[in-house]
Amino acid sequence: MDLIVEYILAALLVIGGVFAIVGSFGLLKLPTTMQRLHAPTKATTIGVGSALIASMAYFWFYEDTVSWHELMITLFLFLTAPITANFIAKAQLHLAVKAEDLPPTGVGTQWATFDPEVEAVGPTLIHDREPD
Amino acid sequence: MILNYALDFAFLCFGLGLAMNLYRVFRAPGVPDRILALDTMVINVLALIVLYGVRTGSGVNFEAALLFAMTGFVSTVAYCKFVLRGDIIE
Repeated sequence: MDLIVEYILAALLVIGGVFAIVGSFGLLKLPTTMQRLHAPTKATTIGVGSALIASMAYFWFYEDTVSWHELMITLFLFLTAPITANFIAKAQLHLAVKAEDLPPTGVGTQWATFDPEVEAVGPTLIHDREPD
Repeated sequence: MILNYALDFAFLCFGLGLAMNLYRVFRAPGVPDRILALDTMVINVLALIVLYGVRTGSGVNFEAALLFAMTGFVSTVAYCKFVLRGDIIE
């Protein structure tokens, strides 16, 4: 029984580590920013998730204490990862795509970041360049 | 026994990922890439804190990990808000 638990924990840790390193490597290797956005937000969340599950199971089986902090961290990460990904994608759209190239919004107003009603004082236009 | 080796492997992987993210923070084609690399760094450090808690066998570090996750989320949103609107709290 102990051996089975130990193997499961080791497998979880190894899977988490592999996913984390693949996610960070994708951040370096993928060609455009939108593709680079894909790698860490998925893979690292799975990596951290399995590391947190391994930690929870470790404290359950070896220390005889149930710690709920890992579940809270996992919940928080899974709630916030899409929000940060959405924000970064919006920032990338705002910097790399011109206002007239964006599709129509379908409602009366403009895209929020290009709305002339509110004067934005953001940084200047940066186009999507290849990494050097 | 094998758990120690797996823990070492996980430490190594997350540390290497952290180094790659640090490189991406310094050499990036645009601002969103740097923000993304910082966000990934926060997540990797979170995993390192949790793994350190497993290695030492103490649950003291989890509050730190939770606070770190919240700070990372808020800082990422603040960076993006600044890029989008030129202001954080309008």
